[in-house]
Amino acid sequence: MPDQLLFGTEVFLNGLMAGVLYALVALGFVLIYKASGIFNYAQGVMALFAALTLVGIMDGQVPFSHLINAVLGTDIHHFGWNVPAVLAIILTMGVMVVLAWAVQQFIFRHLVNQEPIILFMATIGLAYFMEGFGDIMWGSDIKKLDVGLPQGGSFWIEENTQWLGFGNENFYGFFLDQLDIVATVIAAILVIVLVLFSQYTKQGRAMRAVADDHQAALSVGISLNFIWVMVWSVAGFVALVAGIMWGAKSGVQFSLSLIALKALPVLMLGGFTSIPGAIVGGLIIGVGEKMFEFIVGPMVGGATENWFAYVLALIFLVFRPQGLFGDKIIERV
Amino acid sequence: MLDAGPTDETLLEVNNIEVIYNHVILVLKGVSLKVPKGGITALLGGNGAGKTTTLKAISNLLHSERGEVTKGNIIYRGERVQDLNPAELVKKGVIQVMEGRHCFEHLTVEENLLTGSYTCGASRGDIDADLNMVYDYFPRLKERRRSQAGYTSGGEQQMVAIGRAIMSRPECILLDEPSMGLAPQLVEEIFNIVRDLNEKEGATFLLAEQNTNVALRFAHYGYILESGRVVMDGPAKELRENPDVKEFYLGMSDDGRKSFRDVRSYRRRKRWLS
Repeated sequence: MPDQLLFGTEVFLNGLMAGVLYALVALGFVLIYKASGIFNYAQGVMALFAALTLVGIMDGQVPFSHLINAVLGTDIHHFGWNVPAVLAIILTMGVMVVLAWAVQQFIFRHLVNQEPIILFMATIGLAYFMEGFGDIMWGSDIKKLDVGLPQGGSFWIEENTQWLGFGNENFYGFFLDQLDIVATVIAAILVIVLVLFSQYTKQGRAMRAVADDHQAALSVGISLNFIWVMVWSVAGFVALVAGIMWGAKSGVQFSLSLIALKALPVLMLGGFTSIPGAIVGGLIIGVGEKMFEFIVGPMVGGATENWFAYVLALIFLVFRPQGLFGDKIIERV
Repeated sequence: MLDAGPTDETLLEVNNIEVIYNHVILVLKGVSLKVPKGGITALLGGNGAGKTTTLKAISNLLHSERGEVTKGNIIYRGERVQDLNPAELVKKGVIQVMEGRHCFEHLTVEENLLTGSYTCGASRGDIDADLNMVYDYFPRLKERRRSQAGYTSGGEQQMVAIGRAIMSRPECILLDEPSMGLAPQLVEEIFNIVRDLNEKEGATFLLAEQNTNVALRFAHYGYILESGRVVMDGPAKELRENPDVKEFYLGMSDDGRKSFRDVRSYRRRKRWLS
């Protein structure tokens, strides 16, 4: 097989993997938007915060140590123990649930029935508050996150795909990052669980009911507060998974919160209200931007990855505003 | 027919309530009414008279619209309920069917009905039994159980909304403007089902309705609201015969139908007379 085709296929596969990571972030947006009509700008920062907390707990870091040292004149920074990854993930999840509760209790409870733009502004405020809070709590240095996920290329795949070259000497098999493969599997499980939950359980049905009509949900006795705390917790969990994946890939640093921006085109493509849409949208963006860079990139001097996703999203906005899978806008006259 | 009609027991009592929206707009200026157990009580009046607000004050859906009860009290089975949230009220057996249906558009008809059973904590089998009961009253819904509620007709949506309320096993249903935007035949059908539910299941209804004619035919007792006050009340039969009601709400008088121009607000005329 010719080099170009083989290399193209590898780019395609890597695009799929990158897409899964985008999809994970987009998923958090969809959950909250669906249930409360809030476009949660803070989703990216939630991923960062979750990753920071996870690393902090695993390393036995003392939270707020800088603050404590500054006020009390002490010099503490670590408890001197290490927490196993699984336990740390559970503890971090606990922190995310508390965060969900606090967000509901102190912010959105007071903003019921406000304009969407006001809710959006509130999430921007929340995003920057959380960034600062994460900084004070865990410090601003770049941290390494290692929860024991495999890193580096998969030799197994390389060895077992070498025959696809059909005697091509330049081809050593496809190079796929093990971390990406793990991320794909986890994302797939996550999506299946979420879809089953929202379609077939009582709370899932209540969640969709709240998404459709707050007032009516209230009138049949569904507690909006409970549902919203639940949804923010689930979004927190998704953020944690996304934080682990991105953090393991590129270290836990403050630029992690920018992945939220990558999720925007995914949302426009897949629709703000569809869980499968977030996944398919993520895959299309991931593959699209890698393939575009591979095929068209050399002709225009490269660096197309920065803008390709947004242009694709714009085209979608013009021709199909609800996205690929978004809820049809039901209008009866 | 079972022992139809209201009993002597008062299920729900509203005493002289005032409701203010946004801290400034006074909507109800002292409304009092009594809902007897097992009866159909109608709340009548034109646009903006305060019918919906009264119902929402009872079900406590006011709070989410920035409204609050500032005076008076609401007693349900001898207990003050105005500080309870809607979920607690639904658990106690008071549920509101909101004006304009408010179905969950993207849920199927059956899923809509199932959301009604959210609070009652019944077993799977009991819920299925309730569902079948609702389908018995509304056979049309059974045919459409798998379609998205948003794509069903207005009448069907009204049926979904009422059926959903029944799924919560209520004692007192607050029904807001069930006739809104429906063809006369459908209005008749819906009211017949309301009467059936009242007679066979013993459900108590408090219904707000602009369609005075239909409401007074099906209700046992009526209250007429104007500008946030009760201006008249009495057994439905008496109200139907009352010359003022005939003139101002049923649009007829002893000298035949009146021109629309001559029909003025009831209250305004009263003021001139007094």
